Amino acid sequence: MDVLSHDILIVGGGGAGLRAGIAIAHAYPSLKTAVISKVYPMRSHTVAAEGGCAAVIKDNDNHDLHAFDTIKGSDFLADQDAVEAFVRDASKEVIQIERWGCPWNREEDGHIAVRWFGGMSQKRTLHAADKTGFHLLHALFQTSLKYDNLKRYDEWFVAGLLVDDGKVGGVLALNIRQGTFHILAAKAVILCTGGVGKIYAFTSNAGIKTGDGAALAYRSGAPIKDMEFIQFHPSGLLKNGILITEASRGEGGYLFNKEGKRFMEQYAPSKMELAPRDIVSRSIMEEILAGRGLEGPYGSFVHLDLRHLGEAKIMEKLPMVRELCIDFAGMDPVYEPIPIRPTMHYTMGGVHTDKDGKTPLAGLYAAGEGACVSIHGANRLGSNSLAEILVFGARAGKTAAEYVRQAKACASERLQSLAKEKMDFIQKRYIRTESGTERVGAILSDLRKTMDEKVGIYRREEGLREGVEAIQRLKERFNRIRLTQQSRIFNTELVGAMEMDNMLEVAHVVALGALNRKESRGGHARKDYPSRDDAQFLHHSLAYQTPDGPRMEKLPVTITKWQPEERKY
Amino acid sequence: MADQIKLTIWRYTPDKGEEYRPQTFTIPYQKDWSILDALNHIKAEVDGSLSYRWSCRMAICGSCGMMVNGTPRLTCSTYLNEFYPNEVTLEPLANFPIIKDLVVDLTDFMDKLRSVKPWIIRENKKDDEDTSKEYLQTPTQMESYYQQSLCINCTLCYAACPAYGLHSDFLGPAAIALTYRYNNDSRDQGREDRRKVVAAENGVWKCPVVGDCTEVCPKHVDPSAAIQRTKVNSAVSWFFSALKGGKRE
Repeated sequence: MDVLSHDILIVGGGGAGLRAGIAIAHAYPSLKTAVISKVYPMRSHTVAAEGGCAAVIKDNDNHDLHAFDTIKGSDFLADQDAVEAFVRDASKEVIQIERWGCPWNREEDGHIAVRWFGGMSQKRTLHAADKTGFHLLHALFQTSLKYDNLKRYDEWFVAGLLVDDGKVGGVLALNIRQGTFHILAAKAVILCTGGVGKIYAFTSNAGIKTGDGAALAYRSGAPIKDMEFIQFHPSGLLKNGILITEASRGEGGYLFNKEGKRFMEQYAPSKMELAPRDIVSRSIMEEILAGRGLEGPYGSFVHLDLRHLGEAKIMEKLPMVRELCIDFAGMDPVYEPIPIRPTMHYTMGGVHTDKDGKTPLAGLYAAGEGACVSIHGANRLGSNSLAEILVFGARAGKTAAEYVRQAKACASERLQSLAKEKMDFIQKRYIRTESGTERVGAILSDLRKTMDEKVGIYRREEGLREGVEAIQRLKERFNRIRLTQQSRIFNTELVGAMEMDNMLEVAHVVALGALNRKESRGGHARKDYPSRDDAQFLHHSLAYQTPDGPRMEKLPVTITKWQPEERKY
Repeated sequence: MADQIKLTIWRYTPDKGEEYRPQTFTIPYQKDWSILDALNHIKAEVDGSLSYRWSCRMAICGSCGMMVNGTPRLTCSTYLNEFYPNEVTLEPLANFPIIKDLVVDLTDFMDKLRSVKPWIIRENKKDDEDTSKEYLQTPTQMESYYQQSLCINCTLCYAACPAYGLHSDFLGPAAIALTYRYNNDSRDQGREDRRKVVAAENGVWKCPVVGDCTEVCPKHVDPSAAIQRTKVNSAVSWFFSALKGGKRE
């Protein structure tokens, strides 16, 4: 098989991957670096982030405040040393991306403007209207184009890590367009593949969010962390859950139940609509469960009302919200309230890394939503993730670059034999499926139904048990899939099957982690264990793959100066 | 029987030696389905071998452009109810080579994007390393390029452009709009660098001012206006450089 050699391979071309790539290409120009992405980089899901990017840039704000807001938001599960590093770097990164052309909204005097966001005690969310992720991704992508030494493999899919003697030596990857598999050798691999939103049906996430990085790491023996913490964003647009930004509330929007009452005064009187996402989402669900939601053809919902903001402010600060409502719900928020309900939005967990992006597997790094440092703990604050991809993309890039300066490449013969082994597996599992009977589409749709119903906002012992069992049965069914596409060229059915395998592997850990965590913390809400239990559960969950399913371990939380306290808003 | 709708999809599978051919699928009609929903239904339930690109399903990633009854559209935000009870014909985006089925080859577009140097260029290369403070830019200064910064690279404008259809060397609407975006950004000092590309033979002067690009743009980037203004600017800029004794390239 072909071997293409590199020093560093970055898997994923979203915000974290591109930031890592630029960090290396700029400061370590002699390294052979490449970004491999299953879509053209500017299609990555960073593009869909809307409301903003948090960082301390104003004189009335400081790093301790941002750190504490983040830690309290995390329900005290974030590692505080990592959060402190994060808030410090974020202040520099948002200026760096400004200097690379990101069109942040401005004050009249030309300085960058900030807005309110949920759970933040100061205005500190930089924004480019409500297309912040779009602008940030395109600024990164376009800036990356100036580096000749940053190679790209667009529309290539990584089918497996090649690990020799406890060390990463490269990846086996499919050139989607040609339908050919290749060995991409590298001394270090940085996984920047995003979260696993597609395992839920009602989600704000793109179709490409299939947890590939988590699955790649997990299968290679690296642990994945805190997967039970899934964020449900309060405002998913009916019918299919696409995102209506939290900035709608940051700019002054209200939530109303069917009685026309601003129900948040009951749940978070001091923060109202700007409480953290886990709290607002549960409040909406409580209203719906109590019969105070509205009903329509797409189920229950509440109203997000922006009408009092007026057309001018909506067009200036929330133009995308208006576009989305018109294009995808057939209504105009200037004149009507928006029908919303909580939507799966973000994967707090991911590949276990330290604050420099390093995983326990030598040569393997991760950053962005697909990684878990952890700065978000049990609940991420809105606008911390765009800052995270910049900060930890850059950090992981630098750490990997330092590592490869003294690391040795894996011997070519060894890579060949590792790749052959993987190739035989791929042939058998995904390509020679003539005797199979199961359709991948049916397995996906059953998985998404299971996750929505059993591992949703509210969780219970019995439902979680059923969820884990259902996933195990889906894994059985996956062993008997049948693919129909004969052509090798742009075979999205083959890619879809490999993604499905990844989703099943990761979903299993999400459900099992949720079953094991018998407490409620942040985004993980157990109806049968409604309180946080620091005595037993103030720890991260690590999952290791074994032939019998996930093996779970505990990892202590790093606390520097903020002792856990009751989380009230 | 439930209502049904016919979708005719043009298929192409080069490694099987097949001709470019239409295939008609009759599927349940759901009035709130986008064309992308219909394609995902076909892929999951009827024919897994169909290839097309999609991702965000919210009209921001730019992946799912196709010819819908002859017009380039984003299929995630184009609905069956616009066509029902008539049938819908889907073809890959015009003016691009086809890879498979509805997937086209974007290599040429990606090369063009890069050729216009779409990044902030500064005379002092160290400027972008100073993260102690931002460049100041007033809202008015930002307004002068903001509309052109909204391009999602969906390439619908290339599929609509008669000049690109005739001469694939033409730089094309999105790339020129992007040039305009950076040239008019108060932080940028690279206008001269880019002039060599946009004012060259295959740059702005190849545009026949038909305006189809602006018409199909789902993000109202108005590439046509950007092209016409760039023509004026490059003429003026050439004129002044000639006055100062500069040489014509």
